[in-house]
Amino acid sequence: MSTPLLEVTGLQKHFPITAGLLRRQVAAVRAVDGIDLTVNKGETLGLVGESGCGKSTAGRLITRILEPTGGTVTFDGQDITHIKRGPLRDLRRDVQMIFQDPYSSLNPRHTVGTIVSAPLQIQKIPTPQGLKKAVQELLELVGLNPEHYNRYPHEFSGGQRQRIGIARALALKPKMIVADEPVSALDVSIQAQVVNLLDDLQRELDLTYLFIAHDLSVVRHISDRVAVMYLGKVVEVAPRDDLYAHPRHPYTVALMSAVPVPDPSRRDKAQRERVLLTGDVPSPIDPPSGCRFRTRCWKAQDVCASEQPPLTVLADGHQVACHFPVSDEEQHAAGSGRSAAAAQARDKIATVVADPE
Amino acid sequence: MFAYVVRRLFNVVITLLVVTMVTFGVFFLVPKLTGSDPALLYVGKTADAAALDGIRTKLGLDDPIYVQYGKFLQGLVVGRDYDAGPDTTHCAAPCFGYSFKTDQEVWPYLIDRLPVTLSLALGAAILWVIGGVGAGVISALRKGRAADRIVMTTALAGVSLPIYFTGLVSAAIFCYWLGWLPPPGYVDFAVNPLEWATNLLLPWITLAFLFAATYARLTRANMLETLSEDYIRTARAKGLRERDVVGKHGLRSGLTPLITVFGLDLGSLLGGAILTETTFNLRGLGEATLTSIRQNDLPIILGVTLFAAFFIVIANLVVDLLYAAVDPRVRLS
Amino acid sequence: MTTSVPVTELGPADLSPPKSFLEVRDLRVQFATDDGIVKSVDGVSFGLERGKTLGIVGESGSGKSVTSLAILGLHRTRSNAKVSGEIWLDGEELIKADNERVRRLRGRKMSMIFQDPLSAMHPYFTIGQQIVEAYRIHHGGSKKAAKQKAIDMLARVGIPQPSRRVDDYPHQFSGGMRQRAMIAMSLINNPELLIADEPTTALDVTVQAQILDLIRDLQEEFGSAVIMITHDLGVVAELADDILVMYGGKAIERGPAEAVFRTPEHPYTWGLLGSMPRLDREVRDRLNPIKGTPPSLINLPSGCSFHPRCPYAGRNGDRSFTERPELTGTTHAVACHMPPELRREIFIQEVSPNL
Ligand SMILES: Nc1ncnc2c1ncn2[C@@H]1O[C@H](COP(=O)(O)OP(=O)(O)OP(=O)(O)O)[C@@H](O)[C@H]1O
Ligand SMILES: Nc1ncnc2c1ncn2[C@@H]1O[C@H](COP(=O)(O)OP(=O)(O)O)[C@@H](O)[C@H]1O
Ligand code: SF4
Ligand code: SF4
Ligand SMILES: [Mg+2]
Ligand SMILES: [Mg+2]
Repeated sequence: MSTPLLEVTGLQKHFPITAGLLRRQVAAVRAVDGIDLTVNKGETLGLVGESGCGKSTAGRLITRILEPTGGTVTFDGQDITHIKRGPLRDLRRDVQMIFQDPYSSLNPRHTVGTIVSAPLQIQKIPTPQGLKKAVQELLELVGLNPEHYNRYPHEFSGGQRQRIGIARALALKPKMIVADEPVSALDVSIQAQVVNLLDDLQRELDLTYLFIAHDLSVVRHISDRVAVMYLGKVVEVAPRDDLYAHPRHPYTVALMSAVPVPDPSRRDKAQRERVLLTGDVPSPIDPPSGCRFRTRCWKAQDVCASEQPPLTVLADGHQVACHFPVSDEEQHAAGSGRSAAAAQARDKIATVVADPE
Repeated sequence: MFAYVVRRLFNVVITLLVVTMVTFGVFFLVPKLTGSDPALLYVGKTADAAALDGIRTKLGLDDPIYVQYGKFLQGLVVGRDYDAGPDTTHCAAPCFGYSFKTDQEVWPYLIDRLPVTLSLALGAAILWVIGGVGAGVISALRKGRAADRIVMTTALAGVSLPIYFTGLVSAAIFCYWLGWLPPPGYVDFAVNPLEWATNLLLPWITLAFLFAATYARLTRANMLETLSEDYIRTARAKGLRERDVVGKHGLRSGLTPLITVFGLDLGSLLGGAILTETTFNLRGLGEATLTSIRQNDLPIILGVTLFAAFFIVIANLVVDLLYAAVDPRVRLS
Repeated sequence: MTTSVPVTELGPADLSPPKSFLEVRDLRVQFATDDGIVKSVDGVSFGLERGKTLGIVGESGSGKSVTSLAILGLHRTRSNAKVSGEIWLDGEELIKADNERVRRLRGRKMSMIFQDPLSAMHPYFTIGQQIVEAYRIHHGGSKKAAKQKAIDMLARVGIPQPSRRVDDYPHQFSGGMRQRAMIAMSLINNPELLIADEPTTALDVTVQAQILDLIRDLQEEFGSAVIMITHDLGVVAELADDILVMYGGKAIERGPAEAVFRTPEHPYTWGLLGSMPRLDREVRDRLNPIKGTPPSLINLPSGCSFHPRCPYAGRNGDRSFTERPELTGTTHAVACHMPPELRREIFIQEVSPNL
């Protein structure tokens, strides 16, 4: 269970911004700015964070759709950071990606058969019982009717399209799947169907998942371990239950407490305990010095502005990038959950709102 | 912004250079390859060998192509001397050379024709913008009703009928049969503004009809799209009167995309409206283009091509600047 | 906690004058399209008091937005919609009212916050211009005074440095700030009814929490009635006093929030709750999705439109397949043929343990 399949160290992606007469590079979007991750064989690593924090970019770097600016990516013992065309094609067999938008990720002019068989044909994989049979088996595997072979994507609902995308990803019998928000565009009832499908496939095919999402409940349901990203950095990684029960990074605490709970009787409690963050995520072009979360963190002190906290392993096994991780006492302060933190956060809001930038 | 404009102007120069190079290449190299002799074109079939040689040296036709091109560029920028022994001719910048056919200097010849094309294009542009956009907006607001159908059917006719047909038919009707309008022609604006306008009226209308048809369809499509935008729904939800919803919120974004089309259309018309000019016998740049091509008059061809390219490239730049002025999301960089 | 209008008193046959601030009776909205008639809203009724919040929940295409647009009278212009039923706002019927009358109410007495604040604001006008316009349509006055009001309102919704940001264009704001600006715009005239159509769907959770907090505060301050439309059960649980669950253009369950969450009675509501992974529960091994997909509104299934997806459809003879269930019950109303006792039993025995 704990042999690493994928190892990422110091991974970076900077998108250049050019300006001026000669279009010189004047700045860069630091979409992913030095992240370390490990995904073990057979497990699901959830990657969460807010919009624009670099989740998709990280996924694209790992699947080598994008070329990393720095750092290394090792898959199954092989360094794939700057892998060449030929070996990259072999890598595609082992690592596949599923995308968020079930509408734009399928070519509307191709039939389901063509879409799902494309990877097989590109990779020239022999199909003993014939291509059509192979595709129909895949369709059945993801819960679609094999007779849908000749239909076009527009004839399917969002959930069914997502299944087509999954069938395509499974065609090459990959070892690992990077799923970028695979259920975000779907309705709740359909979302559950697809989550269950991904669950079943993992068991049956012994798959490893990197599951990217912003929905913390879905990530909790599906993941074994969870990594939290903020502004191009991984700020916390921990086994699922530990992370949700004892978040250590102030951002993780805020993120968890922000999730609305579908239980009106706990409404007041939830609101009292909520750590409301102020302001917005800063720009990845010019991230804050030191700890990137410091502009919104209620625990920030001077050292946070000057020193970047490294991702270190705490005694309880969490990997956390923070100078002052949140302790259990803080979390359960005053017997009522996170109210102490919440109170501090509210004070902080008052000052921030009053403060001109 | 400033850096942007400078860079774009630099691009303009480069583009024009490439255009001259290509045109120069095509028109001076092709005769060489096919074995026909430009000098022959210049002096005519009856010339003797001595005259031909004289012309060759004078025009530098024996020089390698890059030398000829270099001299051509030099002429454009600082002027140029054609010397063949005793008789030296100075051709002031911008020098496009001399017509093979008439021996006239090309630049004054083209400048002479510019007002005709300019009058034709600008007059028609005003008409088609007012007519086409107006009809398009009405059509969008009355979508599916009678007004929409009428506009769209007329527009279809406008797009599909060729200009020499509409032009000749309307000239026959209005000038000769009904006698309401004078026969199309060009009278200098400075000489008689009224005649300038009445003489050009028919060409304007004919040309404008063609463009108005396209603009009506474009406007309609853009307006319909805009009117289904979320921000239009927001404007209504604020309680804005429908008149203001359309007039203030709808038109501005509905018509913006037309800037691009208009800029390019006007730009290319300024290089010469070949069909209209020939149909109505107007001696503008378009007519010059046609004649020069027919007569294989290389210096003039080069001249008109460069003129046309210049207008289009400048129109492009103006369009982009305008766009940035209208749409705050567009950053010039 | 609950609205004072018992559900049974509402309906097409009811001619009594409205008792609530907002009363919607048998609202129907149909669109004529090339493929046929889309019955987007099909006989929806509810009531709402001042100072209260009604949450409308349902999956995409269930008719939530169409309902809200109908209340604002936005199906009137350039639309292929046919609207019928009654909408009573503060004693005034809106469906039969003339266009000019409804226009005057729009943005003033009732206003709306839209889902996607980027596309819902005009890209060519500054935030300030758009808010000023919203104010001056109904109050007139000088632009300068209106701009000051806009700045105050932006400050109120938590935009830092409002006097500078008021001249920014929407694209210069972040998603959360845009939604705040949108809220400022819809509150500038002190509306008595505020409809928020998925106001946080396009936002991140931390920003969502800020916005929900803001809406809650503002409601306390202004005492408006709020309709909160969303597909996120968590969001309604945070805000709503009453909940209306929609499926296929119909209201299938309605009642006080506590009741709908604690003892939901409609199989579809059970399905929704079972589909959601929840942070406040132990991790389940599997989710319990609803089988199949939402129906097409052009070709709704016969009888109960949920029957192709309902595990209990067979328990009522053939009634589920042939007869449309009416929304019945007083405070907590449900549209299902199963007898209430059976529903409660099924919920306690089969459904509740798996939530
Ligand atoms: N091709 C690109 N050029 C420049 N910037 C980019 C490019 N792709 C992404 N970015 C920027 O990199 C950052 C991270 O983007 P990314 O798509 O990885 O975010 P994300 O975490 O997946 O967000 P979301 O939850 O919205 O999908 C963003 O600021 C984005 O604008
Ligand atoms: N202008 C329109 N013409 C035709 N159908 C429409 C129109 N507007 C909405 N609909 C349909 O009405 C149904 C309900 O839509 P809507 O209320 O927007 O759903 P939601 O519950 O997601 O807000 C959908 O099936 C939608 O396609
Ligand atoms: S390092 Fe400082 S600013 Fe960053 S999260 Fe920890 S306490 Fe907050
Ligand atoms: S009426 Fe029948 S099909 Fe509809 S929800 Fe009730 S049991 Fe299910
Ligand atoms: Mg993404
Ligand atoms: Mg909607």
